Amino acid sequence: MSVLVNKDTKILVQGITGAQGSLHAAACKAYCDTQIVAGVTPGKGGMLHEGTPVFNTVRSAVETTGANCSMIFVPPPFCGDAILEAIEAGVELIVAITEGIPVMDMITVADALRGSNTRLIGPNCPGIITPGQCKVGIMPGFIHTPGKVGLVSRSGTLTYEAVAQLGEVGLGQSTCIGIGGDPINGTNFIDALRLFQDDPDTEAILMIGEIGGTAEEEAAEFAKQYVTKPIASFIAGATAPPGRRMGHAGAIVSGGKGTAASKVKALEAAGIAVAGTPALLGETMLQAINK
Amino acid sequence: MKIHEFQAKGIISKYGVAVPQSIVVKSVDEAVAAAKKLPGEVCVVKAQIHAGGRGKGGGVKVSKGIEAVKTNATDILGMQLVTKQTGPEGQEVKTLLIEEGMDIKSELYFSIVVDRDTQKIMLIASTEGGMNIEEVAEETPELILTESIDPALGLRPFQAQRLAYGLKLEEYGPKMPRQAAAFFMGLYEAFVAEDCDMLEINPVVVTGDNRILALDCKMSFDDNALMRHKGTVALRDLDEEDASEIEASKWDLNFIKLDGTIGCMVNGAGLAMATMDIIESYGAFPANFLDVGGTATEERVEAAFKLITQDKNVKTILINIFGGIVRCDVIANGVVAAFKSVKLDIPVVVRLEGTNAELAAKIIEESGLKDKLIMVKGFGPAAKKAVEVAQ
Repeated sequence: MSVLVNKDTKILVQGITGAQGSLHAAACKAYCDTQIVAGVTPGKGGMLHEGTPVFNTVRSAVETTGANCSMIFVPPPFCGDAILEAIEAGVELIVAITEGIPVMDMITVADALRGSNTRLIGPNCPGIITPGQCKVGIMPGFIHTPGKVGLVSRSGTLTYEAVAQLGEVGLGQSTCIGIGGDPINGTNFIDALRLFQDDPDTEAILMIGEIGGTAEEEAAEFAKQYVTKPIASFIAGATAPPGRRMGHAGAIVSGGKGTAASKVKALEAAGIAVAGTPALLGETMLQAINK
Repeated sequence: MKIHEFQAKGIISKYGVAVPQSIVVKSVDEAVAAAKKLPGEVCVVKAQIHAGGRGKGGGVKVSKGIEAVKTNATDILGMQLVTKQTGPEGQEVKTLLIEEGMDIKSELYFSIVVDRDTQKIMLIASTEGGMNIEEVAEETPELILTESIDPALGLRPFQAQRLAYGLKLEEYGPKMPRQAAAFFMGLYEAFVAEDCDMLEINPVVVTGDNRILALDCKMSFDDNALMRHKGTVALRDLDEEDASEIEASKWDLNFIKLDGTIGCMVNGAGLAMATMDIIESYGAFPANFLDVGGTATEERVEAAFKLITQDKNVKTILINIFGGIVRCDVIANGVVAAFKSVKLDIPVVVRLEGTNAELAAKIIEESGLKDKLIMVKGFGPAAKKAVEVAQ
């Protein structure tokens, strides 16, 4: 088992004819025969893009192919609308890779999500992968191994680092979810913790947070109440200067809120093991499991 | 992106929000001429820099009479204004705002933010105007009023009026709550239409003749939305930004200057922050935050090398790349070529992990730069090596 995506997931790619969409749709297809069943690019409906049928609208793509997941590479000015289109078409899982969507657009998207059955992952994220089964995103597939650790992270390359370190200590992954670095996102840490807790094949959870907002503090509180599986974590940005946005739109300490210290304190208070340095992600997970 | 007070006031007044009369000046003579034009005998000389805390730093002076305006303008223009937000070196004052003095009966606080928890816009108001609002929230949370805005409905008049009554504005006459509600609605309209990130009026003032005005205005914009606001982009003041960060933005490099000795070049924001953290755990400090992004080509690596080495405190550079889509061998070739073309004279510790990492190691090995380009395997060992080399 796994969470959210597996070998049966049928994926449509919004923006498949663009450079990024095209490159990554092919890479996903090449990973364990991930099912890329459709592409959507308005104006290019009816054509085949590297063997994948292209549609003008998400609704027609879903009706024709039965796709239940959308991976989005649409450029930032139009991406909010692309997500809304997928929500409206009833797509169960949307994975928005695009970085740089205006916050005001995401407020509208978040509002549309509240009244729907759709789950959004991202935006500004590497995507989601269930090793050995299905890759919906831009992560390098080959570093992953199937296993028992559920990984959730706000970062991209730091997640790859975590996956590599898990591999070094002999731990594979059930599913890895990149929830993205934006201040307003779809799936958050609490959602991911709940999914992993309820997944019989996930035995432990690694959670990679960073400065900005209070999602990690809330996740710590939730974990105390709900999660019985061992959790390890790391918070990036302990040394970041306050008031500066550290690359990710959401990674900013402002008004004394969102510091690494506050997050580490909340996590430790919830009995969660926090890695002292980012070189100890794998070891901290292993220790939490063996405790 | 941040803008100056005078620019922000210009924007909100377009949305019907009342502000005091004022004139922007760049010299003492202009300041004196401006003071003569403004009504009343008292005016306020205000330094225009982006950082907050200007009043406490001596950048805002109430001036009674033309001589006082002249003295204060002379003092403030050209000064290195130090506030809690500028850092110890301060920020040079090049522009002043000369503003009419107000007969202030009451000072209030008002701001609009994007609340990450509710994923909605939130209005915040308090009777404690002119104060540090974070301290008010900490010590007397009951004095903070909020309204959460439903994105589909926008700010409704009843919500704006609820804030006005919460601030007890009816004490200033029966018409004041409605006037205040219109004031809040104008600010909300500006926030949404201009894609703001934050809008703060501290203080909002009620005057002796029962008017409500924005005495100060801090406004910043969502960088991701600037593509649809060409006029806003024109308000950017490069004098307020670090020169190296301006250069970095030309190359689309995410760069923040810090004050340590180890230059960092990393792909991905999370890994870049983690790299800073691990350097500190080994007892040294990073000279910068730098995310080179997914396309670390030779040109971009070269630009990054130049940026990092402009800082003479830098003793070594740590390159930490986890190649996913970007191949490590491509990066290694870029690093070798950039190292030669920039003629770097400091050692570089290189850690390349991920796609084609072994091929990359071979390229560095055979580059003939083995003493200067030190290849290390593993995140922890690479950071440790960089700290050793820097010492």
